[in-house]
This record gives sequence, C-alpha cells and structure tokens, in this order.
Amino acid sequence: MIKKKEKQKNTFEKIYEVIKTMASKPSGLIGLIILIFHVILAITSPLYVPYDYKAIDPTLMLTPPSSEFWFGTDSLGRDVFTRTILGGRTALTVTFFGSLIALLWGGSLGIFCGLVGGKIDDIVMRIIDAFLSIPWILAMLLIVSLLGTTTLVLIPALGFFYGKGIVRVARAATHDVIAKDFIVSARARGHSNMSIIWNEILPNVRDAIMVEGAMRWSWMLLGFSSLSFLGFGVSPPTPDWGLMISNARGLMSFAYWAVLAPIFGLSSLIIGINLTADAFAKALGIDRSTKAPV
Amino acid sequence: MKTIVQKINNLTIGFQSQKGEQISILKNISTSINQGETVGIVGESGSGKSTLALAMMGYVKHGLFTISGECMFHSNNLLEMKNKELENIRGRKIAMIPQNAGQSLTPNLKIGYQIDEALRLHTDLNQAERDGKISELLNKVRLPSPETMAQRYPHELSGGQQQRVAVAMALAGSPELLLLDEPTTGLDVTTQAHVLELLNLIAKDTGTSMVYVSHDLGAIAQVSDRVIVMYSGEIVLDGPVRSILKNPIHPYTYGLLKSIPKLSLPGLPNSMSGSQPQPGSIKKGCSFYERCEFADDDCKVNSPSLDFIEDLNTSVRCFKHNELLNLNKLDSHNVKSIENRILKNEILDLSNVSISYAKQKFLDQLLNKINDTNPTVKDINININKGETLALVGESGSGKSTILKSIAGLLKTKDGNIKFEKNKTLSNDLKQRDPSFLRAIQLIFQNPDESLNPNHTVEEIVSQPLRLYFGLKGKELKDKIIEVLDKVRLGEFYLTRYPRQLSGGEKQRVAVARAFAAKPDIILCDEVTSALDVSVQAAVLNLLQELKEDFGTTYIFVSHDLAVVRAISDRVAVLYQGRLCEIGPSNYVYKFPSHPYTEVLLGAVLEPNPDIKPKLVAEDIVEEKPPENGCSFQGRCPRILGDICKNEVPPWQTVENGNSIRCHIKIEDLKNQQITN
Repeated sequence: MIKKKEKQKNTFEKIYEVIKTMASKPSGLIGLIILIFHVILAITSPLYVPYDYKAIDPTLMLTPPSSEFWFGTDSLGRDVFTRTILGGRTALTVTFFGSLIALLWGGSLGIFCGLVGGKIDDIVMRIIDAFLSIPWILAMLLIVSLLGTTTLVLIPALGFFYGKGIVRVARAATHDVIAKDFIVSARARGHSNMSIIWNEILPNVRDAIMVEGAMRWSWMLLGFSSLSFLGFGVSPPTPDWGLMISNARGLMSFAYWAVLAPIFGLSSLIIGINLTADAFAKALGIDRSTKAPV
Repeated sequence: MKTIVQKINNLTIGFQSQKGEQISILKNISTSINQGETVGIVGESGSGKSTLALAMMGYVKHGLFTISGECMFHSNNLLEMKNKELENIRGRKIAMIPQNAGQSLTPNLKIGYQIDEALRLHTDLNQAERDGKISELLNKVRLPSPETMAQRYPHELSGGQQQRVAVAMALAGSPELLLLDEPTTGLDVTTQAHVLELLNLIAKDTGTSMVYVSHDLGAIAQVSDRVIVMYSGEIVLDGPVRSILKNPIHPYTYGLLKSIPKLSLPGLPNSMSGSQPQPGSIKKGCSFYERCEFADDDCKVNSPSLDFIEDLNTSVRCFKHNELLNLNKLDSHNVKSIENRILKNEILDLSNVSISYAKQKFLDQLLNKINDTNPTVKDINININKGETLALVGESGSGKSTILKSIAGLLKTKDGNIKFEKNKTLSNDLKQRDPSFLRAIQLIFQNPDESLNPNHTVEEIVSQPLRLYFGLKGKELKDKIIEVLDKVRLGEFYLTRYPRQLSGGEKQRVAVARAFAAKPDIILCDEVTSALDVSVQAAVLNLLQELKEDFGTTYIFVSHDLAVVRAISDRVAVLYQGRLCEIGPSNYVYKFPSHPYTEVLLGAVLEPNPDIKPKLVAEDIVEEKPPENGCSFQGRCPRILGDICKNEVPPWQTVENGNSIRCHIKIEDLKNQQITN
C-alpha cells in the first residue's frame, strides 16, 4: 500500500497552479502578458498621461507622430497617445462586468434547466433559441436608443445578450453529470436541490462555464467597440477605441496614425484575452481545438 | 512439430514519463502461438494483456512505443512493417473481435453490407460469390435465417447476435489468427455461454489459432488449450489450461483462483491483499513480492526469470514454484461460510409491487393514474427480515435494479406497498419520505467511478451523510469520518485524496464508507462487485460481510453473478422479465428441483475449471417485453407444458424449507426431469 501523505491544496495554490500551467506554453504566456499589460495600463494610465485627453488645439490638427506627440494628433488636435492608453478603460470595465453578469445569469439558468429538465427546460430553451435568432446588434441599438448609453445600461444589456450562449453550455455540462450515480446517490440520501447544485453539480461544470465566460469576454469587447464605432457606445469626448476608429477612419489615407493606434490597442487586447482563454481552457483540461463545449 | 503462427521475442513496450524516464508496460514478453491452438491471456486490469493483444496485430497504442523486441508473424516482424503492408495482413491473416460488438458495428448500415465490405477488402471474390459467402458466414456463427438477418440493422439484434456478427466479420478473410479482446464481458450469463460454445466450434471447424484475452478465468477455462497469466506487464505463468487452473504453481494465480467464488464451493472466498503495482514503481525484486504469501527476502532483491518446467510443460516466473507444487489441491481450500444473525422481525415488506416505465398520457397524468396492463415489474411479494442478505438475481432486463430503485424511492411504483418495519409505509415520492427513512435505506452503486463526485475529496464524500443526517460539524465531524474510514480499512491519509488517486477497490471502499456513515438499517447493493477485478471483488465481499456482522445491517444484493450471490446471500430471489420465478434460502435455490429459468441460469455459469462444462438448456433469445398472459418464461422455457403456460399465471408451489417455485409443472415431475438430465 502506498502511504504518501499529500498536502491538500487550498484555493490560492490551485489558482497559482492553473496560472503556472497557462504560462508554461508560449501562446499562453504571451496572452497573459498582453492581458496583464492592458489591465495595468487601464488602472494606472490616468496617473501618467502626458496631456489632457479632451484638450483641443486647432493649431495642432493631424500632426504626424513626433517626439512631442508619439502617436500624432487627431482632427481636433488631441493627443492620440493619451487617448489610446486611456481608450481601453471603459471598454475593459464595461465588458468585464458584462461578462460577469453573463456568467452569473447564464450559468445559473443553464444549471437550473439541466437539473429540472422536462417541460420547464423545453420552454426556457425555446425562448433562448428565439433570442439567439435576433441579431444582437439590432437589439442592442434598440435598448441603447431607448435607455441611453450610460454604463449602467450597457453592462446589463451586454451581459444579457452574451449570457444566452452560456446558458446552453452550462445546460449541456449539467446534462453530462446529472445522469451520474453520485447525483442519484445524493438524491436518494434526500439532499435538497440547492445542496445538489452547490455541492455536486457546480464543482463539475464550473470549469466549462468559466472557460466559456472568458471566451465571451473577448467577443463582448468586439461587440462593445462595434457599438461605439456606430456611435452607440460611450459618448464623446470620453476616449474609446471604437469611437476613435470611427472618427478617424475618413482621414486614414493621410493621417493613418489616428486610426492605427486605437486599432492596435483593440486588437492586441482581443488577441490577449483569446490566447489567455485558450490557455485557461487547456490548463483546466478542456481542449477547445478538439472538443467544442456544446 | 506444430507450425508456429506467431512468435513474440523479448517484446518490451512502454512510454516516456514526464520526467523523461522510459517506463515499460510490457516487459520482455516471449511466447509463441501454434497453429490451431487457443491461447487464453488472463490478467487483471492494468496487467498489459490488451497491449499485448494489440501488439500481436502490429499495433501500438498512441503514446506507447516499442522499446525492444519483435513480434514475428511467420517471417515478418509486424512491429516494423509499414501501414500499407500491415493492411494486407490485418483482416486477411489476423483478425480481431472487439469487446463491445454493439459499438463496433456501424449503426446505419445493414449487417449484410458490413460483412460484404469485409469480404471486399479481405478476399478476391466477385459479387455473386460474396453474396453466397455472407449466408455461409452467418450460418457458420449459427444465426437463424441468414437472408433476413443480412437485411437487418445492428440495433435490431440482441447483444449476443451482434457479437456473432462480429465473429462472422472476423472470419470473412479466413484468418490464420483470431484475436478476441474480452468478447463476452458485456453479455448475459446464458448468452456468454452460447458465444463461447460457438467459438469452440469455430476453432474446431476452421483450425484457426485464437488468442482469447479476458479477466474472467471461467470463460478462459472453457475455450483455451493453453493459458498465459500476466501480472504487471510480465508473463508469470504459461502452460496447459488444466495444470494452470487446477494446480497453479505461481502464487498470483493461486491467490486469484482462491479468491473466485465458486458454485461448487459455497462461502466467502479468501481475498488477496494489496493491488497491482503502478508501472515503473518496481525497481528490483519480484513484482508480486508485496502481495505474495510465499515470498521471502530473496524475492525482494532478485527478480525471478521465466523458467520452463519440462514435467508440467509450463513456464513459471517464481522461485517458490516447487513449494506450490506440493501444496494441497485448490478444491480443499478454506472458505468462510457466512452465518448471519437473522432476527424474526420483518424490516421491509414488498407487497404486490408493480413498476411501469410506460409514459403517461396527458389525461392520465391529470388524473394521476398509470394505464399499463403489462408493467415492467409486476406482483413482487418479498418479506425481508432484519439482518438478512437477500439477493435478487436475473439477466439484464429482469427488473432487479428497478426494484432497488423503487425501494430507494428513486422510481415510483404503480401498485403495491413498500412497508418499513411492519407498519410504516414508505411514500412513493422521495420528497415526501421521512428523513429517518431516507437515512435507514442507503445505496451502493456498481461503478465507483460514477458514484463518487470526481471533484470531492474522500473527506467531503464521507462527510455528506454525516452532515445531512446528524448535523455534525468541525472536530466531531472529522473524528467521525476517520472512524468510518477506519471501519472500511482506509487510513486517515486518505482524507485528502480525490477519487482519481484511488484504485478501484479503494474507491468502492469509500462508497461503502459513505453508505455506512448514515447508520442505515438496510443497504441496497447494486452489482457492487461487477466493475472490480477478481482479487478486489473478494476483498469487498469480505468487507461487506464483516460490516454486516458488526452492525446487523440488512442487505439487498443485486447481481447477475450466481457464484457471488451464492457466496454472500441467505436468501435468493430469481427474477425473469420483472416477475419472480423462485425465492428461497440459497441452499435450496441452488439445488434441484428448481424453476426452469433458475436451471438455465445455473447451467450457464462458467466455473474456472475446464472439466465443468456449462449446460446449455435453452436458446439465448432476448425478449423485449414480458408476455401479456401466462408465465413470464414461456418464450424460452425448455420444459414448457403447452397452452396452460401461455394462458395462466403459474401458481406458487412450496418445495422445502420455504423455497417456492412459480411453475405449472408439479414439483415431483420437475425433480425427476432435472435429476435425470
């Protein structure tokens, strides 16, 4: 008999372990570095931006990059560098909290449907299917034009639209474990539904849901920037990548810097989140390249 | 001198560990297979028997590689051949029959087409010749009316028939060597006996060499001429079937044979301690040293080699084989007979229980009634006394697990009552059951991989009933968990383990601990040993018996294995198609006269002894639904009387000492017929 005493890992050690595994592959390491860089930038950038982001100076219109203005200036003479490093703040905050909401409602509804099954499950899933068939951007435009473009509207609205997919993943993952004997055993013992969800199902579906949430985050970022691009995201003069691209795209042929800088900011963040989510999935043992979550 | 079909020389197959070490799964395997010979390869899970069988086809699983050695088929080394060359050998010269035929047949293609495909690939026949050959092959595997059979889809066949089709496909290329990987493991007892008989006939007819891989010594005994016993990636014993199964000269085989419950020897068998070492963990000495009852210091340091013993025509890997040779015969080994204190008071009473799987129509649902005249389980009347072990026996589909689920409250009954301790009726609805009743009845499942939450530690698993029923917390809870684990012989260091870090036997012990933590009065055991290896099975059975003696718990034990049931139960109830056929003390049920179905079941039991052949009394037809009228066994009964069996439900007849048989045939007649047979 093997008598090795193994230390039980606590939650922090487990998280450390997962991050270590993620960073062990180059793609995961790059993703993590990009993501952490963006997060640090978003938190600390107001402390060291060189200029005021809303200072307009008509004399400095569309100045090319120089030692004074690293990324040049835009059509109103505002410093592009300042606006670029500040431009991720709103996007990151809105989409991060939006993803959290999506995760929460999508995850709980999915687990609930998977557990109860039957008629209720059928009805809820058909409603979800109906929502999935509505182009999200149209629905978002409707909501935003009715309720305004404040963060308090955007976060729950995005959270709602991106949570639909999570419902399906959570439900499928729950269906996977629900037939297992340990659930039957817990039922036969007389545990309440809440206790079965919390103790037996959640630990087994948590990974799948979290990975799905991480993927949704990058899609939501793209979606949010599209809204800004269309003029329904943040309102000027708040700096935002989508808005900046939209404003400067007409001048692309002679003032490429005003477009390139926000494009670089946006795409690097999306790539960063995507790579991190992939590495996260692999570290948890869910390989997205060979097995789709649904 | 016989022609050698395949010769394996010093074959070592292994993998590279994460630390870069080479770890062997198969170690220095050398053996050969003669023409027309059937070789059985036995071993527990993880012994490398399947890896060896695949290597015989020239296939090495992904992640594994050949470290040294060769696998010669005639004059070619299969392990060095290119895929193109192997294609000409696989199917034509060497064919394989997989474990689960249901999964290896393509579900959307007709049987005839699939056999035709095999013929097109492996023979040079033209269309007309192939059509004739398909019928010939289906005839050869004894499938009724080959022409209609060829037009069917796999799902329209029973498990046994699917396995026959797989045999027919393997025979399509008239191979010289047939590899069978656990071909009867998923089948019912009677079907298994029939398939084995078929394989024996084919071996005789065609002169094909066969390699039969199995963990089941009973099946091996029936088909093999020679047996190879594997342990931890090594051949430990290789010789003629009789000498190996009757007088094994390797301690592992000796222990294994001792730990199998046998019909001829009722009582609990001795168990073997410990488990097979992990690959790579043995650096020096004999790999069986840890578990060996004959070992001395020499075995710890020196590894024995595979020595050929001329007198017995056997190769053995043990220093002590002479000692074992002089040991008394296996038949006289001790078994522990069980003695349960059965109290007079009734603990559970099932009266007229019927259970239906039929879907309710909408109107019936509103009126809350189930309209099914022919339910899956019908008229079950069983009384169980405190301290008793009652076994429910039957093939798949006999309703034995269904009855367990109803007792546990997981399935609603259609009619009838289940009463606990005489007067307390157990509610049909789990939610309405009193928590004290829920505590009193606990379940242990077949497969511990499924019944333990993979994300919980052993501590969390065992704590659940303790927290739920007794509200224990903190230190008190932990002490209690340790106490419960101690009872199932698991130490304190198991607390922080996850199920994946445990062996199969340890997992099942945790499941037993969880059931006993609730201090139950009744434990429902659903095929608790069928997912376990033979040596572990005996240990779990012994553990269950010891716990029962300590706590006076009542067991309801469901199993398809009649030998296991014989070992552990006081009373046996035989079920066919959800109807009781026979119920009585196990001593009497296993003796004639018995219900014709019990007779069929007993006849099909495979003993690990090549001289005891199974008696095949009835056909292995599978019935999907119980008959509407008359006796449930009318479709397969070898002693059917006529119309009376088809129209009238047979009466209960008492034989002796409480053994009752439900049959139209008079007890005296039954006795005479069965004894003269």
